[in-house]
Amino acid sequence: MFAFAVKRIFQAVIVMLIISVIGFSIKHNFGDPVRELVGERVTPEERDQIRERLGLNDPFLVQYGRFLVEALHGNLGRSFFFKRPVTEVILSKAPATLELVFCASLIVILLSVPMGIYAAIYPRRLVSRIIMGGSIVGVSIPVFLTAIMLIYIFSVELGWLPSFGRGETVRLFGFWDSGLLTRDGLLHLIMPSIALSSIMLPLFIRLIRSEMMEVLESEYVKFAWAKGLHPRRIWYVHAFKNTLLPVITVGGVQLGIMVAFTILTETVFQWQGMGSMFIESVTRADTALMVSYIVVVGAIFVVVNTLVDLIYGLVNPTVRVAGR
Amino acid sequence: MDKLLSIEHLNVDFAMRTGPLRAVNDVSLTVDKGERLGLVGESGAGKSVLGFSIINLISKPGYIQSGRVIFQGTDISSYSDEQIRQVRGNRISMIFQDPMMTLNPVLTIGAQMRETLHAHGSMSEAAATAICLEKLKKVYISSPHKRLSQYPHEFSGGMRQRIVIAISLLTSPALIIADEPTTALDVTIQAEIMDLLLELCKNENMGLLLITHDLAVVSQVTQRIAVMYAGTIVELGPTEEIIHKPQHPYTRGLLGALPQKASGRGRLNQIPGVMPGLAKIPVGCPFSNRCSLVREVCRSTRPTLDAKKSGNQVACHLVDQG
Amino acid sequence: MRSRWRKFKESDFLYHFFRDPVAYVSFGILLVLLISAFAAPLVAPHNPYDPTTIDIMDAETPPAWTDTGTRKFLLGTDDMGRDLFSTMLYGMRISIIIGLGAVFLQAFLGIVIGLLSGYIKRLDNILMRIADVQLSFSTYMIAIFIGAVFQTAFGVANYEKIAAPLLIIIIGIAEWPQYARTVRASVLAERKKEYVEAARVIGLPRLRIMWRHILPNTLSPVLVLSTVQVANAIMSEAALSFLGLGMPLLKPSLGSLITAGFEYIFSGSWWITILPGILLVLLILVINLLGDWVRDYLNPKLYKG
Repeated sequence: MFAFAVKRIFQAVIVMLIISVIGFSIKHNFGDPVRELVGERVTPEERDQIRERLGLNDPFLVQYGRFLVEALHGNLGRSFFFKRPVTEVILSKAPATLELVFCASLIVILLSVPMGIYAAIYPRRLVSRIIMGGSIVGVSIPVFLTAIMLIYIFSVELGWLPSFGRGETVRLFGFWDSGLLTRDGLLHLIMPSIALSSIMLPLFIRLIRSEMMEVLESEYVKFAWAKGLHPRRIWYVHAFKNTLLPVITVGGVQLGIMVAFTILTETVFQWQGMGSMFIESVTRADTALMVSYIVVVGAIFVVVNTLVDLIYGLVNPTVRVAGR
Repeated sequence: MDKLLSIEHLNVDFAMRTGPLRAVNDVSLTVDKGERLGLVGESGAGKSVLGFSIINLISKPGYIQSGRVIFQGTDISSYSDEQIRQVRGNRISMIFQDPMMTLNPVLTIGAQMRETLHAHGSMSEAAATAICLEKLKKVYISSPHKRLSQYPHEFSGGMRQRIVIAISLLTSPALIIADEPTTALDVTIQAEIMDLLLELCKNENMGLLLITHDLAVVSQVTQRIAVMYAGTIVELGPTEEIIHKPQHPYTRGLLGALPQKASGRGRLNQIPGVMPGLAKIPVGCPFSNRCSLVREVCRSTRPTLDAKKSGNQVACHLVDQG
Repeated sequence: MRSRWRKFKESDFLYHFFRDPVAYVSFGILLVLLISAFAAPLVAPHNPYDPTTIDIMDAETPPAWTDTGTRKFLLGTDDMGRDLFSTMLYGMRISIIIGLGAVFLQAFLGIVIGLLSGYIKRLDNILMRIADVQLSFSTYMIAIFIGAVFQTAFGVANYEKIAAPLLIIIIGIAEWPQYARTVRASVLAERKKEYVEAARVIGLPRLRIMWRHILPNTLSPVLVLSTVQVANAIMSEAALSFLGLGMPLLKPSLGSLITAGFEYIFSGSWWITILPGILLVLLILVINLLGDWVRDYLNPKLYKG
């Protein structure tokens, strides 16, 4: 187990370094740090002076090294649009995105598990067919379209739910603006969370169902029947525990898709989170912010994937004991 | 005449898109209390299906089309799901072929043993553990206490099968159905496991239905043998008789094909052709298209399993014809 | 060639195809969509790219079946005065072309890399590591990142000029790992088989073995994968266009149309965004349904129902 963990962490570090190199190259080639610092109105001489001072004429590797050191200290540059350090901007936007992701994940887990298990145990029943049919349709509707449809039906036509922004938020711990504690905030969270979960949900249902169906055909499940165990125990303990393992691994990967979809969802709902920030930074050519988003998101991926691998190693007894 | 198990004219079909295919054709068998019956035949002959049908555990799309399974005086083939659940693992236990696939890899041995006890009665954890330890000792597993918290992959193949046998003993069943229990094991371990089974059945007075294609194993462990071919029982009699004085042409072919019986030049005796798949079983006697003694009547009429002069039951038109 | 066609006609495939309503209905709808998309210049009542036929005064006309609609604009007009029906047809054509193009590119890249990876041990490790990492980021994310970087690099104006081929490249690069892994798995499996041994023993050069023996056997899983990937590619293009990283408003794909029309649902002109949306969903849905059917068919046939 220990060897396994070390190997995974080592791989994670390598990937992070590669991401940082890519991120830095983009910044180096397309960004304009002088503009980030002092705006547009500088004379060419002043510009050169500043460039010299900032060390922008040094070789690539030296600049990269500096970037790395700064990054590890939490300094990723300055957003010229917001006129604030990038880290500050990202941190201020993060709670919005995180709460959204949290609610959407809740929906996905709470709904996909029972539906997937049901559809696996009773594949021919009408409810199962409806679930599976709904899944294919759900997978075929792009996230932003679901969002638009929701807005059209519930905001424009029915007027039940608000169509943009986060609504009232409450400041927790001095920096976290939360929409979870106010009724208004929660109302604003409903549609974006549903939209965000709309592709993950069918994917998970299909995944759980197919894994579980495979497990239900296995020898040990048959043996469990032969032992005369209660069906509930067979389904939830024998079958589901084995279904969980592959679902965890695949589920971890789906996180990537989830983050991509926050960008789309936040754009539609004008949700002031990291996703919409990213798109705005692209349109404004705010390279520092754009690159930092890539690096931060990259870091989140690497961390989550590594964690998922480690958790898998803990949960699966064959890995744990054999120390693969 | 209180038979432990009595299978009466059992027909098992598989529902295919093109129509039902018969996997078990009009089979009747009995097992006495404490008797050891061997069910022998090639792969695909229907032996496992027959074994599973006793506790109504046939894989889809199989189902019992007609016939009865009478166990301890009651017809269990018409039992509801809950009723048959109470019989399985309780009064009839089953042992499968490959213990690595039979034991759930993510649950401890202890969990998999105790759950059987909890499914068939309520008892305290301590009482359940005690019974588990007792049965593990009966199958000669060392340090049983430690074993309970270990996982299946930590054991060797032979030990895993012993654990499976221990599980089957937990509720002191009246009948054990063993489906190819040693096929997946090394040859050296096979003998140990079979000896163990034999000893346990004798000591606990349990009935045993041993399903296998291994003639050597069946000759050492069982008291009677039923030979199965293409879904039908073709011969049935005491082990000694079947092994040394087979009467049905197929049984003769089987025993003649043993390496020991090979002729001087070292060629093995084969039965020409292959056993037909379910869809291609000939009308009349199922063996008619491979039998060297075949006559007209064999091709037109299905022989029934009747008692012949020798005392065995044989399904052949030509035995006792002189 | 003749006998292959005959074999196909008499095969299982057509038999089962015509017995499953989901299959032939989806196929029928797909055919209609494809034909109308590619015959857009002939079928569309207006040409949305010709500025001389567009009158801004026509903008935001509702569809023909409403009170204020006209038969001239069957599905109404968008915010620039273009006939929505025609623009949707042209837009669908662009979406499909980009989708197919991207899939060809991914398949090509993926097959080449997969073959190399499966055959040359030394490259295998590195290539597969890259594939794994790229997959873990999810292809949507990668496509968005690459799109963002390209737009920053080229500038918005230039980007829009070469949007279509650029999108093909972006989506192609983002999605090759799936193909590579599938092909690699096939290659590794085939290599173990005896006929490859035999070919090597005879002394056939490696390339020849790869091309003539192994490649044909990897085609089946590649085909199955492609059915999913076409739908995915179209969705990716729509997403990129929606974010402004895709087709520009003057030559819109369905995704760009949806973006353009989004703000108008609040002022009541719902059709500008909803109708292209429905068309997009229909297109993706039938491709997915057909893909699912093909996949189920190619699976070992278990008893069903």
